[in-house]
Amino acid sequence: MVYLTRKAEFSASHYYHNPEFSAEENRRIFGKCNNPNGHGHNYTLEVTVKGEVDPRTGFVVDLKRLKEILNREVLDAMDHRFLNKEVPEFFTRIPTTENLAIAVWQRLALKLTNAKLHRVRVYETPDLFVDFYGEA
Amino acid sequence: MFSASHRLHSDDLSEAENSAIYGKCSNPHGHGHNYALEVTVSGQVDERTGMICNLLDLDHCVQREVLDRFDHENLNLAGEFSNTVPTTENLCTVIYDILQRNFRPANLEKVRLEETMMNSFEYAGGKEIFDL
Repeated sequence: MVYLTRKAEFSASHYYHNPEFSAEENRRIFGKCNNPNGHGHNYTLEVTVKGEVDPRTGFVVDLKRLKEILNREVLDAMDHRFLNKEVPEFFTRIPTTENLAIAVWQRLALKLTNAKLHRVRVYETPDLFVDFYGEA
Repeated sequence: MFSASHRLHSDDLSEAENSAIYGKCSNPHGHGHNYALEVTVSGQVDERTGMICNLLDLDHCVQREVLDRFDHENLNLAGEFSNTVPTTENLCTVIYDILQRNFRPANLEKVRLEETMMNSFEYAGGKEIFDL
């Protein structure tokens, strides 16, 4: 079993707001992330897949295909977007980095047929990242 | 860190298949990478030294067994790759096996190999890796 991790970067804006909370609660819980005009991050995404090395090719997965799937399913949809308004998952869910990692997992898990998704790691800033292993 | 060249090409595949599978990595003249190697070992902390193992021993082993062998070499010409394609998957497992045979003071847990800043590979002797 060999694990392969592919990194990608994208930039997007978002804000945190729960319509079920009062304005005062939203401000208290989400602080400056509640600013409705949004703010942005340079996200770094690490996608780890696992599998046996194909003895014919020496590959766990065709990296070119993995890159294409990552570009099509995640980067094309999220890079330079306002997540709350342009990415359907976040029309109803708050685009926290936790939910972003789950959304990326769900988008990729459906499309990756030749290797098993192991982990999605999303860095919101160099100091903060979230790992999702698909357990929920 | 070590720098080496390789060419991804299998004699068992046709030219068209090699080209389709390996793309520009199949260029007959090869190309190179700066590989960053991370070696993880585990063990009980020795009460006398406060260490799992002497880091110098690990450094020397990695230097002698891995860096001296592969740094500034063409991987395709290394004996380890006489029958396999020197993909970074295979390089990662080869390095793990070499260290497993040659480093005794602590348990080898995992080898992580970065081929570029965007791609990395991990191998734990076939075991599942649990990060948490």
